[in-house]
Amino acid sequence: MRPFTYERATDAASAVKAAAETPNAKFLAGGTNLLDLMKLEIEHPAHLIDVGRLPMAAIEETPEGGLRIGAMATNSHVAADARVRAHYPVLTQAIVAGGSGQLRNKATTGGNLLQRTRCAYFYDTTKPCNKRAPGSGCGALEGLNRNSAIFGASHACIATHPSDMAVALTALGATVETLSPSGRARAFPIIELHRLPGETPDVETHLIAGELITAVVLPPPPDGGQVYRKVRDRASYAGGLASVAVVGANLALGAVAHKPWRAVDAEAALKAGASPAEAISRELEAASENGRNGFKIDVVSRLVPAAIAEARAQGRGA
Amino acid sequence: MSSVIDWENTPNPVKENRAGNIGKAVDRYEGPLKVTGTAPYAYEVEPPSPPAYGVLVSAPIAKGRITAVDIAAAQASPGVQLVWTYQNAPAQGPRPERYDFFTPSPRPALESDEVYYFGQQVAVVVADTLENAQAGAALVNLTFEDDAKAVTFHDHFAEAVQPPGESDVEIGDFEAAFAAAPVTVDDVWRTPLQNHCQMEPCATTAWWDGDQLTVHTSVQMVRVAQNSLAETLMMPHKSVRLLTRYVGGGFGGKGSFYEDLVLAALAARELGRPVKIALSRQQMMHGTVHRPATDLHVRLGATPDGKLTAMSLMTVTHCDRRGNFTEHASNFARNLYAAPNRLTGHRLIRLDLPVASAMRAPGEASGTLSLEVAMDELAEKLGMDPVELRILNEPPTDPETGKPFSIRQLVRCMREGAQLFGWDRRNPIPGRVRDGRWLVGLGMAAAIRGNFLLPAKASFTVDADGVITVKQGMTDIGTGTYTVLAQIAAETLGVPLADVRVEIGDSELPPAPGSGGQFGAATAGSAALDAGMNLRAAIAEIAVADPASPLFGGPSEDITFQDGVIAIANRSERLSDLIRRNRPEGLTAEGEVRPAADAGLWSSHTYGAHYVEVGVDTVTGEVRTRRMLGVFAAGRILNYKTARSQLTGGMIWGVGSALTEGNAVDPHYGSLINQDLASYLVPVQADIGELDAIMLDEVDDKANPMGIKGVGELGISGAGAAVANAIYNACGVRVRDYPITPDKLLAALMAKGL
Repeated sequence: MRPFTYERATDAASAVKAAAETPNAKFLAGGTNLLDLMKLEIEHPAHLIDVGRLPMAAIEETPEGGLRIGAMATNSHVAADARVRAHYPVLTQAIVAGGSGQLRNKATTGGNLLQRTRCAYFYDTTKPCNKRAPGSGCGALEGLNRNSAIFGASHACIATHPSDMAVALTALGATVETLSPSGRARAFPIIELHRLPGETPDVETHLIAGELITAVVLPPPPDGGQVYRKVRDRASYAGGLASVAVVGANLALGAVAHKPWRAVDAEAALKAGASPAEAISRELEAASENGRNGFKIDVVSRLVPAAIAEARAQGRGA
Repeated sequence: MSSVIDWENTPNPVKENRAGNIGKAVDRYEGPLKVTGTAPYAYEVEPPSPPAYGVLVSAPIAKGRITAVDIAAAQASPGVQLVWTYQNAPAQGPRPERYDFFTPSPRPALESDEVYYFGQQVAVVVADTLENAQAGAALVNLTFEDDAKAVTFHDHFAEAVQPPGESDVEIGDFEAAFAAAPVTVDDVWRTPLQNHCQMEPCATTAWWDGDQLTVHTSVQMVRVAQNSLAETLMMPHKSVRLLTRYVGGGFGGKGSFYEDLVLAALAARELGRPVKIALSRQQMMHGTVHRPATDLHVRLGATPDGKLTAMSLMTVTHCDRRGNFTEHASNFARNLYAAPNRLTGHRLIRLDLPVASAMRAPGEASGTLSLEVAMDELAEKLGMDPVELRILNEPPTDPETGKPFSIRQLVRCMREGAQLFGWDRRNPIPGRVRDGRWLVGLGMAAAIRGNFLLPAKASFTVDADGVITVKQGMTDIGTGTYTVLAQIAAETLGVPLADVRVEIGDSELPPAPGSGGQFGAATAGSAALDAGMNLRAAIAEIAVADPASPLFGGPSEDITFQDGVIAIANRSERLSDLIRRNRPEGLTAEGEVRPAADAGLWSSHTYGAHYVEVGVDTVTGEVRTRRMLGVFAAGRILNYKTARSQLTGGMIWGVGSALTEGNAVDPHYGSLINQDLASYLVPVQADIGELDAIMLDEVDDKANPMGIKGVGELGISGAGAAVANAIYNACGVRVRDYPITPDKLLAALMAKGL
């Protein structure tokens, strides 16, 4: 870990101002990812702005009938919230499928969205990685890339986004609220938060410098069943090999792309009357392999119809 | 020299177990310290003065040399006190041609400009704080020249050689018998490289007092580490005191020591202040040792009624470029099943990989993953139950040496396990049992692991309060050594457990070989029993000679020891009273054990049977263990709680070997892909489901004076094979390339149209 300076923010406005004014500053919330990355010399911020104690941990009902989840609400808190469990079970399922109990107790809603890839070549600083060291190359491309992306990868980066929670939020059509250093608040669909790697995999979101996620807003509870299914090598505390969130007619995939992957082609096919198997094969037409990750295409093609069937069965039962 | 016959015929307090301390499920002696975080592990030991902190720098290439060294920036970094590379590290004893676990020899650090494997330690930075040492380490600027390397096991089979000094073992004419056999199995299994992943990394705190060095470190074997460190530092053995009071897991990976120990000692000498060095989790993966990958070729030939006529297990494995370790994955097959024609052996490939060495049940852990699945395949071909096939091929004497078994209850383990587990509910036709999205299957496998006894010493002291202190240069690597030594002492001297103290993990104490090869309890415990018997004799001698004692005049051979009281019939007094009058400073006796001269006349092993129920999600290829039962026969059990923990821990490890565990080698860089515990997947609670281990009543009077054997490695042997067999029973698919991860199982399912 390299030396850094630290301040504890007292309010969101001063936090974003400090972030914009201080070179190489980062927000610190739960610290479950950033601190690890700093210890491994993958991240080396000069300054940390601790936003973990800002009063943004509440989960409140919106006038529209949805829920506003404060960015500092911990993963455990959100997953256990009675309203979330009753009306957005896919979100609880996704959250508890991620990390471990200890991690979820510390990890925050905003931080979860901004966690970085678990690609082994990103983590090993002796390897080239365009995400960690832009321009150095990609060690995973010709390497042990079993866990790499099948959608939207580039020749510069084949890493995946590791969040489970974000996959459920994507299927739910959640909105992200932010505060910019200018003092401007904005809100946008979660699908517009993350970027595909392209030539600049080190730039992972569309947030501007110093912009702070303040909340995630869920729309009113959607119709239809909700299911989150995650395929993984062990039963807990393991990244997904692939995952799917089904929310009524919405589908999102996890661990298959540089961002939570809204399966819009499959959704369109379903809407047009295709079977779940046909629909996901439509989506997978855009999928590509990188040596060792081809099995993910098989997993997705089998997992998604099973999850849709489960969600539909629920929807009928409700 | 002692004889097995003497062991069998001589009664002793452990065998008699009058107070019932032996076998009792006693809580861990050091448990409260560990769970309250107050047991000082090596890195946490407080030295006599404020320490400096060292950080190791590891090579980023797999083979080559250091061509330029620039340490100026690191030396100038705040707080940095010392930076060493091969260019300026102190002279050390020369590296020997060969290493083994029991012979002391130098282990020099920062030897030369040569890099032999990825992650080899190439520099150390010592600073006033850990943070400054880490910052300094990041500034060490080494230039490397990368040489062509051989790192991919399966690309180098043409270079496989017979391990030095070994030859294949053939009995009868295997090839002819196999060719003639009406029913055969002929398959190859692969196991991956595995890391030990001990919770506690290798770590050292070192300081000097004049010419005397004191080190607290994390190793499994005290005396050989002390002597090897002294030889590395080119100083007398007795000038080094090595302590290893608490060890957070060893599993073979701390059978030797690493640069943390050598460089902490050297830097402490150079700086004249204590130094602490620990390996990082990433450094543990490359910079210590690992279980090498294996390629296991099993060929079985049988008659239509299930008698094995031919049995072969040939292993190909790898070690490091300068190494001589062989993963003897074929050895256990020499003792397991009867077959008149047999062929077993090993081939070794030297690669530019980190150092291969022993990991929990070296040999059996890998090897059983092949043969015990092959037996399942043979049973299916024969239309037999897998348990019955094994029982049919149970040998009356050791199948290769013809020696009688000291005791062998493998059949009883299988039979009792089958009954307790509900094996009769297994549908022999795969893929017929469904529970929701899971196909459910049952599998079993046999377990076998050798039994060993090594020379050891111990001392017992009784003080004026009647408290017994056991002293031994032994280790407790999480196994329960502290606890079982206390139980042996309490039973032998007839005192309450609360009146026993145990001091181990110190090179100044009577030497014991340490922990490994599941020989620890038998070896250390037998020496302790002898010390206890000698102390009893010394106490008796004093009692009958003391006119103030009610026991005066004897006869000394009639003295009993019970509840802290010594007695001859109705004459008695408290042990503490006798000692206070006669030996207020305390009375000490030493004892020892040596292997019996005639021990080699018997075939002595531990045995078991694993039963597993798994669920297979045929949509995703995921496998989850639902129930698991192991039944074991391992001699007299000293402590059912710590023994059970070891056995279930081994079984869980077997589940990991079958389903999740392994580290792949990057073909371009020669590094291991998984470098932390988030990516190197050992089973977690949710992976295991129901789990139990049962130990049969057994005494192996030929094993040692206590009739006990080890359990540390038995539990893993065969456990993974039982999981693999259960997967087949669930879904009708065999994956022979471990671990059986969803990608591999899904491909196999899809190939079968499932």
